[in-house]
Amino acid sequence: MYKKTGLTLAALMIAGGVLAACGNSNTGTEGNTNTGTNTAANNGSEAPTAPSGDQVFRMNLTSEPPTLDPALMQDNVSGTVANGIFEGLTKDDKEGKTVEGMAESWTVSEDGKTYTFKIRQNSKWSTGNPVTAHDFEFSWKRTLDPKATTPSPYAYQLYYIQGAEAYNTGKGKIEDVGVKAIDDNTLEVKLTHPTTYFLSLLNFYTYFPVDKVAVEKDAKWANEAATFSSNGPFKLTGWEHNSKVTIEKNENYYGNADVKLAKVEFFMMGDSNTELNNFNTQALDWAGKPTGTIPGPQVDKFRKDNDPKLQIKDSASSYYYIFNQSKKPFNNEKVRKALSMSIDRQLIVDRVALEGQKPAFGFVPPVINGAEKSFREETQQTYFEENVEEAKKLLEEGLKEEGMSAFPATTLIYNTSDKHAKIATAITEMWKQNLGIEVKTEVQEWKVFLQNRTSLNYDIARAGWGADYNDAMTFLDLYITGSGNNDIGQKNEAYDKLVKDAYASADKAERIKLLAQAEKMLMDTAAVMPVYYDTSVSLVQPYVKDVLMTYNGNINYNYAYIAK
Amino acid sequence: MIRFIGRRFLNILLSLFVLATLTFFLMQAVPGDPFLDEKTPKAAREAMLAVYGLDQPVWKQYGIYLGNLIQGNLGISYKTPGQTVNQIISQSFIYSAKLGGIAVVVSVIVGVALGMISAMYNRKLIDKLAVVISILGISIPNFVVASVTQYYIAAEWRLLPVSGLNGPLSYVLPTLALSALPIAFIARLTRSSMLEVLTADYIRTAKAKGLSPIRITLRHGLRNAILPVVTYLGPMSANIITGSVVVEKIYNVPGLGQFFTNSVTNRDYPLIMGITLFYAIILMFARFLADVGYAMVDPRMKKSTKGG
Repeated sequence: MYKKTGLTLAALMIAGGVLAACGNSNTGTEGNTNTGTNTAANNGSEAPTAPSGDQVFRMNLTSEPPTLDPALMQDNVSGTVANGIFEGLTKDDKEGKTVEGMAESWTVSEDGKTYTFKIRQNSKWSTGNPVTAHDFEFSWKRTLDPKATTPSPYAYQLYYIQGAEAYNTGKGKIEDVGVKAIDDNTLEVKLTHPTTYFLSLLNFYTYFPVDKVAVEKDAKWANEAATFSSNGPFKLTGWEHNSKVTIEKNENYYGNADVKLAKVEFFMMGDSNTELNNFNTQALDWAGKPTGTIPGPQVDKFRKDNDPKLQIKDSASSYYYIFNQSKKPFNNEKVRKALSMSIDRQLIVDRVALEGQKPAFGFVPPVINGAEKSFREETQQTYFEENVEEAKKLLEEGLKEEGMSAFPATTLIYNTSDKHAKIATAITEMWKQNLGIEVKTEVQEWKVFLQNRTSLNYDIARAGWGADYNDAMTFLDLYITGSGNNDIGQKNEAYDKLVKDAYASADKAERIKLLAQAEKMLMDTAAVMPVYYDTSVSLVQPYVKDVLMTYNGNINYNYAYIAK
Repeated sequence: MIRFIGRRFLNILLSLFVLATLTFFLMQAVPGDPFLDEKTPKAAREAMLAVYGLDQPVWKQYGIYLGNLIQGNLGISYKTPGQTVNQIISQSFIYSAKLGGIAVVVSVIVGVALGMISAMYNRKLIDKLAVVISILGISIPNFVVASVTQYYIAAEWRLLPVSGLNGPLSYVLPTLALSALPIAFIARLTRSSMLEVLTADYIRTAKAKGLSPIRITLRHGLRNAILPVVTYLGPMSANIITGSVVVEKIYNVPGLGQFFTNSVTNRDYPLIMGITLFYAIILMFARFLADVGYAMVDPRMKKSTKGG
């Protein structure tokens, strides 16, 4: 019976061409889940389809979102839900370009430091209150508040704003923070440096606004669905802690006519096999990245079967090894180079990592933007070559320079994961065969690993970094002196200068030039040893349409619909 | 009896105190802290540590913790600052207890029945079959039972839901995984003690009186044979109703089980303490109940406790 309704609907839709999204969710009663009607019309052919069937999208978060208050967020799981229920001044369009969100327009001052945003008149919170410039000012200052009951771990994301860092660290005053609501619909933002990618940052959860009225009424507003207020395409309607989050279309959203999904359900399945089994029985519409995992060997199976459900996308993330430069012989450039040149990255990607990654001979992943094209296209694709003979020579020279007669006992540390273990084994084996050196591997629990890495208590360590924003800076400022993430012990004044000049530059092309020089320096000194540029691997049911992956491997379901 | 209960109760309090202290200092000794994260800058991390008083000397933290504990306040979870530990435990315990309760009942009924049948048909085919089942139940770990049944019964043949606790059918597989081992254990306990009891004098007397075999087994045999099962029941129930880490993970049960590992991975100190103490209380309480139950089933126990 349902099958019939579904088919009739589909026929109507096709006959009527592209119809509006509304009105087709009322056919579904409970229990009308998949009966396998997603055949013929929807499969294969790329002809535009129209939404049909229950407009419910289900995915796995793996674990409970630690918070849904944008001020307290610092993780992917929370961010995945937040991207549906909140909207910043800007948003991503279907192509992933930054376009107008809560702000309908803006102007930028000549020096690139002052932004004036016009907030949409017709934008409302899910509670019905209008979204105003005051909400933004309130939200950002709230996030920066050094005396907040729970301090914001990601407040530093707002440090681009003038006076933000000083206020957040207790050295400045709230009045000096460069964000000001001129009137209900005008927001003025002053930046410390001209930040060319500032507009795309506004789409990040730390920049999302919160409802001043709701927050002031109830300090615990973000803990339960009943008191929650948000301004995005969806609103929070259910939060069964540690079990399920439900968001539904927000009729107060200014663009609600374009929102096709009626509901998104987020589950919290901690086990990757459970996730896969649920996907295979169509209890999930999406599995794998960004917030789920597909068991490694299964990915390979889906690939070999050429299963169209498997989706592999390049992601703005690098997988690499780091050397502790405060320790002999890793302070020696030649030794580091030798290690980096003597592995076979293609083999690791093809036989060990198995998720369609690309061998990396640079540090910034290819999906990161440059001034016009991608950063990789505008600069250098590769900075070095693998060469075992050369590596042997370099190792010998390097050791001699350090006054060492042989390669010392060395340990490679990595954090608990099957994938990391396999890669570590492969790489140490390559070093053994190619350079004749013995490197032990040691697995460490995540926080122990981090502690050891940040306190430079290691020889060689695994590392990975995913972009915080779409600019090479997010990778390159990791290793300036004094950076909290400089866990390689690098102190390189020339490098620091390049990065700092890039901070201050308002000229896009000039910045990229400076950053490219910085990257070249990082690679020439083999300060890090890139292994591969990472991918995001997901499984998507064929009836799911227009779910987009962002440049950094996050999911955007705001334009999605179901065509069963 | 009252003196017996009172003494046991004091014992429990003392044990809990020792446990809380040990866990507190062990937990602090583990490298890393709740806010150590790749993307949290040092300044922010230090600010967070200060807010939660984690920059204070450990002894001071311990004092504050004990003070709160006496008032029944387990603190808030560092990982999910919107939820208190009390909330987390009470919300998730409902699921674990419900599923675990069902599993305990199933284990006892099936296990005892299997054991009795085995004993009654000693060395016959049914007995041998029951022994095979018990050995399988004891030797196959529950995560294997859980994964295999989930894969075949739910994912491949689609007879039952893959995971979650929605509707009675979804309880079938997790219950099976949870009760496989206890069933086997109880069946073996019942069988061996039943065999012993069935050769006792009073059973022969009962037989001589011409009572039916079923009546003999149930009335006279079982009551005596069940004692070892009662002893086992205490720790087993505590174990099962506080949630199995693997089974709950595989079947996506939003129960307590997940927090035993997650809280440690996250260095969520209040949650680690809360979960440990909660588990200890349940365990001790279950043993306590088992002791009381034992005393009730076996009048000899009552007498011996009266003496001292």
